Parts: sequence; structure tokens; C-alpha cells
Amino acid sequence: MQIELKNIHKHYGPVRANDGVSLTIRPGTIHGVLGENGAGKSTLMKILTGFTRKTSGTTLIDGHALDIDSPAMAAQYKIGMLHQEPHDFPALSALDNFMIGRVSGISSHRKSHRSELISISTQLGFTLDPDAQVDRLTVGERQQLEIMRLLALNIRVLILDEPTTGISRTQKEILFASLKQLASDGKSVLLVSHKLEDVMALCDEVTVMRQGKVSGRMTAPFDVNQLLQMMFGTLPSPPVHQPAIPGKPILALKDITAPGGRAGLNNCNITIREGEIVGLAGLEGSGQGVFLRVAAGLTNPTRGQITFHDEPLNGSGYHDFKKRGGAFIPASRIEEGLIPGLTISEHFSLNEKQDRFFMTGKTALNQALKSISRFNIKGRPGMDAAALSGGNQQRLLLSLLPASPTVLLLENPTRGLDLGSGHWVWRHLQAQAASGSAIVFSSSELDEIMMVADRTIVFYNGAVVMDTPTHQADADTLGRAVAGGAVPQ
Amino acid sequence: MTIPGSHLSIWGRFRQMTVSLIAVFMFTTLVLYLAGAPPWPAYYHITRGALGSWIKFSHVIKAWIPLMLCSCGLLYTFRIGLWNIGVEGQVMIGAVLATAVLRTGVDDSAPMVSFFLAFPAAILGGSAWAIIAGWLKTRGEVHEIFAGLGMNFVAQGVILWLIFGPWKRPGVASMSGTALFPDYLWLSYVPGFRLSPVGLVMAIMALVATALMLRYTRIGLNLKAIGANARAAVLFGLRPGRYMLLAMAFGGGFAGLAGAVQVTGVYHRLIPAISSNYGYLALLVVMLANYNIWLVPPVALFFAGLNVGSIQLPIVLQVDSSLAGVIQGALVLTVLAVHGFREWRKIHRRRSTENMAAKEAPADV
Repeated sequence: MQIELKNIHKHYGPVRANDGVSLTIRPGTIHGVLGENGAGKSTLMKILTGFTRKTSGTTLIDGHALDIDSPAMAAQYKIGMLHQEPHDFPALSALDNFMIGRVSGISSHRKSHRSELISISTQLGFTLDPDAQVDRLTVGERQQLEIMRLLALNIRVLILDEPTTGISRTQKEILFASLKQLASDGKSVLLVSHKLEDVMALCDEVTVMRQGKVSGRMTAPFDVNQLLQMMFGTLPSPPVHQPAIPGKPILALKDITAPGGRAGLNNCNITIREGEIVGLAGLEGSGQGVFLRVAAGLTNPTRGQITFHDEPLNGSGYHDFKKRGGAFIPASRIEEGLIPGLTISEHFSLNEKQDRFFMTGKTALNQALKSISRFNIKGRPGMDAAALSGGNQQRLLLSLLPASPTVLLLENPTRGLDLGSGHWVWRHLQAQAASGSAIVFSSSELDEIMMVADRTIVFYNGAVVMDTPTHQADADTLGRAVAGGAVPQ
Repeated sequence: MTIPGSHLSIWGRFRQMTVSLIAVFMFTTLVLYLAGAPPWPAYYHITRGALGSWIKFSHVIKAWIPLMLCSCGLLYTFRIGLWNIGVEGQVMIGAVLATAVLRTGVDDSAPMVSFFLAFPAAILGGSAWAIIAGWLKTRGEVHEIFAGLGMNFVAQGVILWLIFGPWKRPGVASMSGTALFPDYLWLSYVPGFRLSPVGLVMAIMALVATALMLRYTRIGLNLKAIGANARAAVLFGLRPGRYMLLAMAFGGGFAGLAGAVQVTGVYHRLIPAISSNYGYLALLVVMLANYNIWLVPPVALFFAGLNVGSIQLPIVLQVDSSLAGVIQGALVLTVLAVHGFREWRKIHRRRSTENMAAKEAPADV
């Protein structure tokens, strides 16, 4: 079955998630859709599978224009999707999951379903116990189960969304072998991924997306550098960097392993020194977020040592970190950083020393007025923090920080900000670093990291794969490391 | 939990409340009609039963007092986003502890000491009972609704055990409760009205204290902050778990006080139905008042009036005595339905504006 997407647009208000995307998937091939997080891959797949309606554009299936407006309709046209998070019933057995949605009439025909499951399983080289309860299976095995369920529904197009996240290398090999077999059986396979190595190992054809648009296409054999350029655009050459004079170590993480995010954090060793600006690079969910939260004491590591000025800080929580002059600003400002429903003034009230029973309100109001003018926040003290724009929310968060913090941990500090606001934020942070604060930030923009960081740490799949002074690295090396092309140190 | 309607002005809240009341009225009419009771005479008798005479109105106030106390306590727990459904059991334990202390005052040389001690004991008892549920929530990750509901059953069991066991009347043990206390252990009351002004003063003081606490103290702001965004509150140095326990302690304390008032001011003994479901009813009062403290007194008065007014209904209209319960149940459902509809409409509106935006966006390029 041939699928053609022509000039697909999807707009969410002013945001163009898909901005004129065209794509052809030929039967019997494995087609890769490659791109960073937020490039518009998931939106495109949601349109193809009927979870979201497109704003405009045409979908052609075997040459016929069709409007797939519900997941049921996608199923009718034999388009099946393997989601990133398993959509199954963990409390039921593998066989039960396999049968769900396909049983009609009075008898469940358990026996015939069992033999069907076993026969598909052996065909694809899977080894799966039909009676195992699904929540005892690994993520890889749950994927295998879901693929078999989709195949039993006679799908002709299989879409996989980041299928290699959270599965072992062996399972990945089994998965790839089975996908190649499906393609040779004439099915169309669409692999959505931000991992260069997966796409290169598996696909016949690749469409690269960037900022909602198709930024390039390529057929096997692939050229890594060209793909990287399509993914990230032309990276600016790094500005000449004054290497920060390394101060005394403040915060040290040793052999840290922690859960969270997509990949967790594995065996991480990082020491942060006074006055340095450290950029954390990596695709979203590669471990940077978990690292920041572990360092802040918000997430407890399952293994390893955290020390602050040589004192152990394990498991004592964010309050201890805050007491030592540390602060954390999360990426989702209004969901995690500010309190919707509370005014700007009330935020300053919360931020005061909690030593009196009654609030005076006046000191907080003064503080709010002072910060509004100093940080150039567009808002009044009595305004709900949720009513502020993203940039102003970030300014408010920065204005709530202690005057001279020891360590600042920032998650995507300039995400969603326009260029001017972003530069303003960095001028402010650089001034703080100059007075001795250590600043650690994550960013999905390599350009930003190369511009401001003294030191760059690259995360891939929950592990640190590169830790280098920024001026010693070039865009290509970093880009390759971000996409998983670096040898772990 | 987000507090519905918390963004609205007083006028907006008032309008929402009116919509709820009209819906309640229509649904109740339907229920009465289906039950074979003529709706208009039923309303007439409910009104007469509640407001027909000063004596009757004093009964309404008598119901209003525990309702107000429980509602004030619930304002703390709702503020931090907790559903303190265990308020019912907290009333009961307050009543139990008040009774326990009062019993030491019978035949004692200084009965007044135990009389005055009964109130703090009840407050502490209610608080402790609530803290158990709060602790299960913060430490054991048991949802406070389940913990609270479970604790309600335990409290009811404790009361029945005491009435039929250790505290039974000499010679007889019956559902009518423990032996009546001597009148020097009663809350003073206006002769002829059987209404205690002390209880009334307590309810009003609870209202004022709660309003002050929530509006002008750090605790009030911190509860609100945690209720609105617990994760962000942590970054401001607050510990949500501790404040949840604190809110539960306040909620349970007010409920326990309500229990003590029921014992000392209304029944003068411990009876199995000492809480009279006022805890559950208070949940409804606070929700209908849209979590606004100044709307709580009138709404509580309305519910107290309905409660007292419908007592006479079975006798006057020859309908089954369970009808009063059915009306209250209908009330609960209607209020929840109106709240649900409001939320649904909010989401629906958001969606349609989103769709509009998608349609209006230029589709060329």
C-alpha cells in the first residue's frame, strides 16, 4: 500500500507544528522520519493515524484521496501504530492482550488465538510466553506483543514511534530483523526517530524534518554529516571562548544512577566548580532533566554519592540544597515553577523568610515592585502569575532566586523565549557566574550551549557520552554525540 | 485538585450558586413527584417546618452550628486540595472524647473542670483522627477519600461498642445511647428554645478565625500555594506533606468541636447517630458555596433549614419517612451534576476555541 502525504499543515493557534510536509511511503520499504524533538514528527504521525485532524493538505492512499479523521478509520485502512508508551493492559496475560478487540461471539476461541500468537511469534523470531502477565514483561517484549497484535489485525502499514527507547541492544537487533522481514513481505514500515544510528541501520529512505518542515531527504547509503546538517541546520562556528578559571568544586555527583524520564540516569560522574557555566546537551529525555533533579535533591538516586562542598547531600531533599544557596528552575514554568492563581506579590510573600505568623504584605509588595522594574517584567504586582507570558514568567522565576546563589540549575532556561528575552536571560546569568555562582543548564539548542557554556556535557540514553571544555569541541562532534554517534568515555 | 470557580468574582460565584440552587429545586421537585408526594405542599411543609415558628427556627440554628463548624474545617483541607471525607468520623471521635471527659465530671468534686476540658479534648481527638488519614495519605499514598471513609466506619464502630459495652446505661444497653448527663454538664441554653448561645458564638468565631487564617496568615497562603501547585511549592521551600497534615489537623479539630457541641449542647449524651451526617452535608455546603467562605453561612443555613423542615414531611403528607433522605441524596447528585456540567462546559469551550483558531489560521502558504 502506498501512502502519500501532500502539503500537510497543522497549526495550533500561531504555532505551526507541520508546515507544508510532503512524504511518500512506498510498499515494501522501511521509511525513516528523522528529526529533533519538536520537529513535527509526532504531529505528522498523529494525522496519519487519525488522532489529530490536519489543518490542510491531502492524504492519498494508493492514489485515492482520503480524510482519515479517527483512529478507527486508520485501522479500517490497515494502518497500525506502535506507540512510544505501550498501550496495553498490564494486569492481563500476553494472550489476553493479543485477543482484546478481536474476539466476537460467545466463545473466545482461546485455543486458535494461542496457536496464531505462537506462529507469528516464531515467524518473527520472538520468544514470548503467551501466559506471562504483561507487567512482568520487559518494554521490548511488550513491543513485540503489540507488533504481533497489529499484524494479526492484518495491517499493511506499521508506524513505530521511537521504538528503541528503553529496550536492550539484543532486543533492538531482534526488532530490526523482524521489521526487515515485514518490509520484505510487502508491508510499509515507517520508523519515527531522533536517533541517527537507528535510522541508518534500518531504513531504505529517510525524510528529515526540522521546525515543522521537511529539511531534506536521502536514500541509503546515508551520509552522516549531511543528515546531521538536515537535522540541526547549519551550526554557527563557536565564538571565541574565555575558558573560565576553574574554581573550587561545589557540587559533585559520583556514580549516580536514578530513575525518571525516558532513559533514567546511569552511572553519572560530574563535578561542578565555582563560577563555571555548564551546558547540558542531548536529545530531550536523555538524562539531563534527571541529572538536574538529582543534583537539586528533588529525585533520589538509587545509587551513588552527592556531595556539596565535600559534605554528603544524599537524599536530604531540595530544602537542604536550597539552604546551601542552590536553586533549581524547571523547564515548565507554570506547571512546576510558579503557582497559578497566586499573584506576583504573593509569590514574593511565599519567597520571604517564614518567620512571622501574619503576613505584612507590604514588604512583599515592595519587593514585587522592585523586581518588576529591575527584571523588566511586564505585569503588575496583583496579576496572576499564570496570566504572564512565557518570557515574563521566566523573568519572574529569575527574580525570585536568591541574590548570590552558589549553584543554579536551570532546565531549558530560554525555551519558548524570543531572541531578545533569551539574550537578556543570559546577560543576567553570566553576571551571576562572574560573581562566583556555578550555572548548570540544559538546552535542546546546540547553538545556545556553544555560545554561552564554558563546558559542555553531552547526554545520550541516560549516560554522559562527552564532557569537554566547549572551546575544544566543534559543532559536528557535539551534534554527532547528541545523536548517539560518540563512543562513551 | 483545582478548585472550580476559584477564579471567579463574587458575583460570578453568586450566579453559579443560583444556577445550582435552581437545578437542585427542579430535580427535587421531580423526585417528590415520582415519590407520589405533591411537590407544592411538600415545599410548603418544609418551609413551615423550618421557619414556621421561633422554636422551629431555633432547631434550624441548632443544625447550622455543627454544619458551620465542619464547613470551616473543610475550607482548610479543600484549600490544600484534600477531600477530607473523614470529617464525619472526626465529628464522632470529638463526641466520644467529649463524652469520655464529661463522664469523669459526673459525681466529681469539680465538674466544671471536666466540662471545660471536654472541648479541647474533642478538638484534639478530631485532629488526631484526621491526622491518621492525612498520614496514610502522605506516607502510605492511600487516597484521603478511602482513608477517611474507612476511618468513618471505625469511628462508628467505636461509638456502638462504647454505647453497648463500657458506657452502657446501668441495666440496659440500647440504641438510645448512654445515660443522660446531669444538667450542670450541659451547655447553657436559652430557656424554652433549647438553643445554646455558646454554640452559636463558637460557630461565628470559627468562621471569623478561618477567614483570618486563610486570608492574612502565612499558613493560609502556603495552603493555597500547595493546593494550586505542590511541585512548585517545594521549590519555594514548603513541605507539602507537613502542610497536608496541618490542614487535616485544622479540619479534624473543627469537626471534633462540632462533636463536642452535639454532646454538650444538643443530645447531652452519646448516641449512635451523634454526627447526624452533618459532616457529609458540610462537604456539600462548601462545594455549593464554591469554596468561598462568605457564601458558606447562607448555604449552610439553607441546608440546615431543609434538613429540619423535612422531618415533619412523613407525618404530614403520609409519605415514607425515607423521603427526606431521598431529597438529600437528590441534592447531592444535583450539586455534583451541576459542578460536572460546569467543568465539561469549560473544557468544551476551550476545545471549540482551539478548533476555531485552527480553522481561522491561514491554510495556504
